[in-house]
Amino acid sequence: MDEITKVRPAAVELDDLDTLEAESMFIIREVVAEFEHPVMLFSGGKDSVLMLQLARKAFAPAPVPFPIMHVDTGHNFREVIEFRDKVVDEYGLRLEVASVQDLIDQGIIKVGHELESRNRHQTRALLDAIKDGGFDAVFGGGRRDEDKARAKERILSFRDKFGQWDPKNQRPELWHLYNGRHKKGEHIRVFPISDWTELDVWRYLSREQIELPPIYFAHEREVVDNEGLLMAVNEFFPLPDGAESHTKMVRYRTVGDATLTGAVPSQATTYDLVIEETAVSRITERGATRGDDRFSEAAMEDRKREGYF
Amino acid sequence: MPATEILRIATAGSVDDGKSTLIGRLLHDTKSIFEDQLESIERTSEKRGDEQTDLALLTDGLRAEREQGITIDVAYRYFATPKRKFVIADTPGHIQYTRNMVTGASTANLALLLIDARKGVLEQTRRHALLSSLLGVPHLVLCVNKMDLVDYDQRIYDEIREEFTSFAAKLDITDLGFVPISALQGDNVVEPSPNMPWFHGQPLLGHLEDVHIASDRNLVDNRFPVQYVIRPQSAEYRDYRGFAGSVVGGIFKQGDEVMVMPSRKASKIAAIDTPDGEVAQAFPPMSVTIRLEDEVDVSRGDMICRPTNQPTASRRFEAMICWFDETSHLRTGAPYQLKHTTRWVAAEVEELRYQLNVDTLHRDLTAETLEVNDIGRVAIHTTSPLFFDEYRINRTTGSFILVDPATDLTVAAGMIISAGGDVGAVSDTASIVAENITFHPSKLSRDERWGALETSGATIWMTGLSGSGKSTIATAIEHTLVSSGRAAFMLDGDNLRHGLNANLGFSPEDRDENVRRTGEVAKILAESGTVAIVSLVSPYKAERDRVRALHEEAGIPFFEVFVDTPLEECERRDPKGLYAKARAGEIKDLTGVGSPYEAPESPDLVTSPDLEEAVRQVLALLP
Repeated sequence: MDEITKVRPAAVELDDLDTLEAESMFIIREVVAEFEHPVMLFSGGKDSVLMLQLARKAFAPAPVPFPIMHVDTGHNFREVIEFRDKVVDEYGLRLEVASVQDLIDQGIIKVGHELESRNRHQTRALLDAIKDGGFDAVFGGGRRDEDKARAKERILSFRDKFGQWDPKNQRPELWHLYNGRHKKGEHIRVFPISDWTELDVWRYLSREQIELPPIYFAHEREVVDNEGLLMAVNEFFPLPDGAESHTKMVRYRTVGDATLTGAVPSQATTYDLVIEETAVSRITERGATRGDDRFSEAAMEDRKREGYF
Repeated sequence: MPATEILRIATAGSVDDGKSTLIGRLLHDTKSIFEDQLESIERTSEKRGDEQTDLALLTDGLRAEREQGITIDVAYRYFATPKRKFVIADTPGHIQYTRNMVTGASTANLALLLIDARKGVLEQTRRHALLSSLLGVPHLVLCVNKMDLVDYDQRIYDEIREEFTSFAAKLDITDLGFVPISALQGDNVVEPSPNMPWFHGQPLLGHLEDVHIASDRNLVDNRFPVQYVIRPQSAEYRDYRGFAGSVVGGIFKQGDEVMVMPSRKASKIAAIDTPDGEVAQAFPPMSVTIRLEDEVDVSRGDMICRPTNQPTASRRFEAMICWFDETSHLRTGAPYQLKHTTRWVAAEVEELRYQLNVDTLHRDLTAETLEVNDIGRVAIHTTSPLFFDEYRINRTTGSFILVDPATDLTVAAGMIISAGGDVGAVSDTASIVAENITFHPSKLSRDERWGALETSGATIWMTGLSGSGKSTIATAIEHTLVSSGRAAFMLDGDNLRHGLNANLGFSPEDRDENVRRTGEVAKILAESGTVAIVSLVSPYKAERDRVRALHEEAGIPFFEVFVDTPLEECERRDPKGLYAKARAGEIKDLTGVGSPYEAPESPDLVTSPDLEEAVRQVLALLP
């Protein structure tokens, strides 16, 4: 085979995943070029794993030029924290932890009891950490297909000096011309994977053979049916009185506070099987697994207004 | 899995058109609505006391939208078929949401417009079509909805189709498709409708799956705005210097000769890196890192192109802008920040040329400002040059946003029409043109040239309706002058449209460009010592004034001659059969019939109806 025939014919089309990847890399680079202190939220969940992977690609062969931040409720799945630390170590990242537990210990956040959901308290921990770290851009892994309120949010989303989002006063966002200008004390949330769907995320992670925390794949676990959510029974979710637990094959579609994130029954032990399941799933990932989004029609909008991711 | 493309769709319209029902049906029939979403909107609908589940709730994501039952903002919806992925940017249709429509259309491959078969083409339909055309959306699909309510009557569909087609001819729309549907009943949405056997086209979804979009990209003009310079500080990559960015035009190949704007330094592409390794070529919309063979100074905001195909570099340009900000209005002369590709520059709007009425296409030359949702043409001046292409050539290198430095708000979005060349800046000729392109002053002065040739040039600009007799008079003048030994040359509008202006249509922008080019050619001819006789309808006063200013700036005599034949007389003559066609509805943009003619206010001459007298009058003008 001579030199010329080795060169493949000129294909000038990108498939959907390559297109999404290219657009996300563009957004991440724009922000790093125009902001002084960006930081990327990293929970160990699949969306933040994807986002971090895209950031690595955007600056290769140089390292990721910003730290990552974990908003830690103290109610973590053990496997996820192990995974987080492994990733930090492997990629040589700088990790900032915004700890809800610290704020509770300092008496800044008051909780009723130890095991109540700390989901909402993450907002305070996050906003404090943004302020203390002097961050002017915060990457988040929100996607528009997740929730109605997120479907309306800009890719670069302005936050006032109290960290608040005003959905009715959003900056228009046209073409790929992002306006991240802001005054001191204000900041911008950046959602580089806005246009990815849950299925896209899975297909991409599978294609790239990227490691995820093991709880994303089907495994045996002791669970209890609690108001329609399949909750893992552990120190964060003791078996309610009178309830009966079962050992089932389950996996997690999202990773959040362990007191309110439910599992789904699943036999999907590999990427391919998860993709199959996702493709035929008739329930959104948040509806299936998150107690926090079930409170009201506008649960996410309300939390976002206050400064939540 | 085979490569699937992403098709971005912009929809606009009100609930009345059945838009939400249509989107709901597309999502539903492609199994893209989740059960919990459906349950949740069912609950809300029940709570509000709606008779049926309101599918609009799927897209109305904000509390205020749900409570008030209105759509405020752009909502994005996603669905997929085995052939394609679709992103719908759904926007409200009312005029006060023009800015939302513009936002949704800015990245769309296809605009989906809905018409209620019972109501026909409405003002709103025309506005949506105009905005799609203005934003350069390459494909337009018109769904004639609620066919079930008109007994699936082909005649009604045909009438709407015809009416819209002739309206669309006025706009810059290259691909127009029609589908008669009933979103409620599902006719022709996913499956062909048994109720409309007379319709032989594809159902809507099939059309969306098949419309060819790969060629919408500009793969000819190589453009690479540098986003970020990658310089790893590690030992392994000590000498690595890569320029990261997105390819926004053309195909870059390893080994290509390139040039970097604005330094104009030339080099060759050493390699094109992606995180997955080197590639032989990069094309839109790839995000890549380009390495050059030479150590050239390149930073963010620079543009890599080809030495033989460069973008325009200029600090002045003409653009259409849409005003977005509710809290301020356009202030000419005020400082704005402008973002174009990966550059921010300080800018001012020098002049508002006119405001465009998006319902009637009327241009209001007296407008003094633009407010929220207004669209107008402006002249912009930036502190440092931009490297751009016309928006119609490249949607990325031809677009920009304006930001108010006091509030940091995005106040306007713009589409570049052309490099500057404007009445206000005539005394500042050098700055009109590209920063680094200087005029080559001709070695001969005009007086030397005219003196040696014993001649003097001038431009006679004959304007008037089609059929008014311009060309007849012009031909007679040319003949008379040349016979008498004086250099003269006739520039006829029709003839120029076969050559120099062959790529122009009859939209207002194209008409402007037609006049601009003809004016430039006339000026060059006149400068050479020839009498240029222009015979051109040139309906707009502003453009004629611009040509006059161009001549006056160069000190060349210019005479505007108005051949003021009444419309009825032109129509009676109708030498090219245009009026007959216009009246029959075959052409819609004929000046005087479907398109306005702005008569000169103070022409140098209004010709006599008598040909010989007219010729004598014109000749008397010449020095």
